[in-house]
Amino acid sequence: MLLLIGTLPIEGLKLHTGEATLDNGKLKIGDKRFAVIRGTPAMMAACCAICNAYNLDNPYCIVAGDIGAGDGSSSIYNYLKDNLYLLEPEVCAFHYIKPVLVAHNKVVDAINKMNKKPILIADAGYMYVAKMAGFASFYDIFTPDLGELAFLADKESPHPFYTRGFIFHMEDKAEELIEMAYKEKNAPKVLCVKGKKDYISKDGKIVKIITKPDIPVLEAIGGTGDTITGMVAAFTYKGLSLENASIISAKLNRIAGKLTNPTPATQIVDIIERIPLSIEKF
Amino acid sequence: MLKVNIARFLPQLKKKNKKVETRGKGLILFSETSEAIRAESILKKAGFDIKMVAPPYHLRKGCDLSIEFNIMEQLAVERILKKLGNPPLDIVPITEKMLEPVNILRETDYGKWIMIRTANMKLTFDKETKIIVNISGGGCPDVPYLANEMIGKKLEEAPSPRELGYTVCAYALNVSFENAKKWIER
Repeated sequence: MLLLIGTLPIEGLKLHTGEATLDNGKLKIGDKRFAVIRGTPAMMAACCAICNAYNLDNPYCIVAGDIGAGDGSSSIYNYLKDNLYLLEPEVCAFHYIKPVLVAHNKVVDAINKMNKKPILIADAGYMYVAKMAGFASFYDIFTPDLGELAFLADKESPHPFYTRGFIFHMEDKAEELIEMAYKEKNAPKVLCVKGKKDYISKDGKIVKIITKPDIPVLEAIGGTGDTITGMVAAFTYKGLSLENASIISAKLNRIAGKLTNPTPATQIVDIIERIPLSIEKF
Repeated sequence: MLKVNIARFLPQLKKKNKKVETRGKGLILFSETSEAIRAESILKKAGFDIKMVAPPYHLRKGCDLSIEFNIMEQLAVERILKKLGNPPLDIVPITEKMLEPVNILRETDYGKWIMIRTANMKLTFDKETKIIVNISGGGCPDVPYLANEMIGKKLEEAPSPRELGYTVCAYALNVSFENAKKWIER
């Protein structure tokens, strides 16, 4: 099973689970349809696009509504703690979930009790809490942007907003930041760093730097990192190595972006629609 | 033409994120980040000299903000927060150096549009219409919600992340939002 987990920005939406597909520009999970917007929906939709293109099983999704108060995140943490072992996923991608240290650590305990540890991918709030809790190396792939990489590199930072200035100013030195993150044990096996240049590193060594096509406006478009995370999950489930899944996802994201002929006002749904075509152009 | 400019914000670079002295300082802790954000507004309006900081490691529970203040003013601070329905979880003396939030802004000029970034939060707007066209970055659940509420609205009409948000990401987005509004006033 390919398991995707995250909150949706819908107040009052109770925990909802089901297989996900793309349905006329919407994300369908079980019997409910959701708009493809930045955040968890973009991650799940991009994953669906890859699964569909390669005839993989549809991902199974766990979502709950949360507009920041933490109610939906709490229900997700509780569900994972009690049910993750029953689902027996091979790949898990954790996304927009409010960071709560104690709850995260209970999920780690639940994973440790599974017969086989899944491949674990974390981005967004769940990546923040994994690092905060000191469990980064428990995971297989993180997909940070440059600001988040600086946060991983700063051993004292509890959130990207607190990254110390001397590190924040090192954003043009991504390779040094990657080295620092591994040195401080704040990185998983593979880092897929999203930015003007995408850096893929494994066990502390950079294995690929992706620069083309160069589409600077993608940084402004909300969700362009979420799509990479979703594609990484799908390709990992397909059987690609962690680093190759990251490399191909970063490249496809750029190609899909280019095919959209984007401006800073472009919305992520338009880029996700072009993922199938980006595979043809790859 | 793409242009990245941080020089515009040089005065703020001087205030860059750093460890600070803590003698005579206290820390106001809250059960929720949103309460800390509300308390900041209350205390600033009342004229207290305060600073948002990260709680020390042993007091963190996840997505946290806390308020550093002059501990000599503890009674007054407690009184006003209780009176206005925002009582703190606890107030403790600071015994270690604290981390301040990033105050460094980056500005990326895309020609018709400009992107203002604070830490991990980016807000892009149309220079002419002043309409917010995109919000990217961040990882807490209120960020997609705030993006839904803010995108498509003019900067002066959009709801403030400070009012609608709950998390540190929302707080960072608010810094970008406020600076975007300052940009259009220049």
